[in-house]
Amino acid sequence: MRTMHIRNGRIIDPANQRDEVADLFIVDGKIAAKPERGDGKVEEIDATGLIVSPGLIDVHVHLREPGFAWKETIETGARAAAAGGFTTIVCMPNTSPVADSPSTIAWIKDRAAEVACVNVLPTGAISKNLAGEELAPIGSLAQAGVVAITDDGHCIQNNELMRRAVEYARMVGLPVLDHCQDYNLVGNGVVHEGYWSTLLGLAGWPSAGEEAIVARNTLLAEACDHQIHCQHLSAAGSVRQMREARARGVKISGEVCPHHIALTDESIQNFDTNFKMNPPLRTERDIDALLEGIADGTIEILASDHAPHAKFEKEVEFDRAPFGIVGLETELGLFLDLLVHRRKAIDLPRLIAMLTINPARLLGIEAGTLSLGAAGDLTLIDPNLEWTVGAQSLQSASHNTPFDGWQIKGRAVRTIVGGKTVWP
Amino acid sequence: MTTRWVRKDLLSLRELSAEEITLVLETADAFKEVGTREVKKVPALQGKTLVNLFIEPSTRTRISFELAAKRLSADIVNITASASSLTKGETLKDTARVLEANHADIIVLRHSSPGAPQFLATRVGASVINAGDGAHEHPTQGLLDLYTIREKKGAVAGLHVAIIGDILFSRVARSNIFALLKMGARVTLVGPSTLVPRVFEELGVTVSHDLESVLPTADVVNLLRIQHERQRKEYFPGLGEYIRLFGLTKERARLLKPDCLIMHPGPINRGVEIDSELADGAQSVILDQVTNGLAVRMAVLYLCGGIAS
Repeated sequence: MRTMHIRNGRIIDPANQRDEVADLFIVDGKIAAKPERGDGKVEEIDATGLIVSPGLIDVHVHLREPGFAWKETIETGARAAAAGGFTTIVCMPNTSPVADSPSTIAWIKDRAAEVACVNVLPTGAISKNLAGEELAPIGSLAQAGVVAITDDGHCIQNNELMRRAVEYARMVGLPVLDHCQDYNLVGNGVVHEGYWSTLLGLAGWPSAGEEAIVARNTLLAEACDHQIHCQHLSAAGSVRQMREARARGVKISGEVCPHHIALTDESIQNFDTNFKMNPPLRTERDIDALLEGIADGTIEILASDHAPHAKFEKEVEFDRAPFGIVGLETELGLFLDLLVHRRKAIDLPRLIAMLTINPARLLGIEAGTLSLGAAGDLTLIDPNLEWTVGAQSLQSASHNTPFDGWQIKGRAVRTIVGGKTVWP
Repeated sequence: MTTRWVRKDLLSLRELSAEEITLVLETADAFKEVGTREVKKVPALQGKTLVNLFIEPSTRTRISFELAAKRLSADIVNITASASSLTKGETLKDTARVLEANHADIIVLRHSSPGAPQFLATRVGASVINAGDGAHEHPTQGLLDLYTIREKKGAVAGLHVAIIGDILFSRVARSNIFALLKMGARVTLVGPSTLVPRVFEELGVTVSHDLESVLPTADVVNLLRIQHERQRKEYFPGLGEYIRLFGLTKERARLLKPDCLIMHPGPINRGVEIDSELADGAQSVILDQVTNGLAVRMAVLYLCGGIAS
């Protein structure tokens, strides 16, 4: 019998409405009651001053395998997740080949089982090859074990196809995650369409390009009576629409990534490609709207959109660089720092919920709780630890981050999966 | 003039101070005289290597830089994208390293990506001169436009300059806006609302879509070439409509003050943004712009070339 005894931590378990200083036990990899004094080793972990949280879940991660191993692998991405305090990550299907077939899903699951130190849950594509023309074999993907379908990286433009995809996904009980981008409105846009794009002569990515698809999704979620989750929301109008629709009970949800509340489009004036993401950084007004949405519960989930790219890929002219930044290792710290400490938008239990039970409920998975019998996945967090982000010392294979040198307050200090410490 | 030039590169006009701009113009005064000599040469850049790296095609700007460099006695290499290993996928970064290894002293870069000169400048010890980076800036064009206005009008401060045409995609417009505002001019942008959106007013200019109301109040009109490629079809319906609403026709030109300057960065679409006869008429300073461009570019090469590490 293998026992882990986590002593004297502040246990925050929103799924069970629990927030108290107490001890926690993990026996043979599962949350357990205090065991009888018996045989077997007991690993003692002192969690005084720390938060003991269900293992954190990130629903938006690019692991880049199969096909793009020079950016990241399942192994290195999992290590980055562990370093960031995440015990479960959901990987996106824009791999090569695209994850639109059961065989690719099987490959990912097998590979993760071999090399990943955290739980990896795959998503499948909505459309074949992410081309937005024909449905992927969604039923077969469900059987292969995907937790959701998404065309992330791409967005289905044909509303009729999206409607049928949502109806079909409903049949197999898979939520639909959507990267909201109207290709016509956005065109070649590389930065938020506004003052800075005008000043610098860069093609603009207007807020309406995201808001239009959020509108499409709220209508379809209602018409099909099925869950659609809008990824990486960045624009004020997206939050407004989501609030209005949710008030009527529509099954629409949204997530926010740290960079969209940490940075504005002003950061792009040096043409540094570490500030180039999709959707782009926007304005203070959009940040305020996102914060308001997080504070009032319109937005219930936080994620990273961890998007590794090799140095040589990002070290090109701004408009030629790929979109995206890594995020797993800075995510929790930035959310703690910005949402809890600086802006005081939410409290710690709410933050934990947005990274545990809320994503778990969206995906319908058994995770994100410290209920007895649940998997022994834990994150120990020091909410007041001050640290400096070092791009070169990240665990991820790629270091494309705009946060190099940032001083952040709050960090995961121990990550436990199945009762074993996987970080540090 | 106590301003000293300390920049190795000329990347944008937005970052220059009014004093720095004035220094360039005054230096250009000295070099303008060289073009009138029998032997059009000074040894200022003798022994220096200048590379014209034109990844976006150009004739007039490249020739202007080439002549400017030759008049300063520099050695010149011309690289055009289509005839280079850039077609084999060589990156800008590797191109920079090759030029650095060949000890280039000055690189004149024209590129379709905004920020490309900045990218290059931080990676080479050579001076990098922005000859146009996408829709971002064309600093030497802005400077030569300023020089021309100053030459003809005596000063720039207090003048009302109207820039007319496709502003949104124009690097010439942006460089002009930054330079003119810095030197105290008032700027009005005129064109279709799709190509001259209101957001430009946040830069400190006025936006108008009514050409005839602006013309009588202008001291200078600067006409931009209307780009009528496929990509613009969503922005305005075609040349016929553009001419009808925004073309500087002979009738409209009668609204201008008699001493109003007519400028154009070239190449001109005769009969589109400007009536053909007006382009050659008394108010047109289009050819002066070209001549001044040479002097301004000599000044820029001389000033930056003296700072390169």
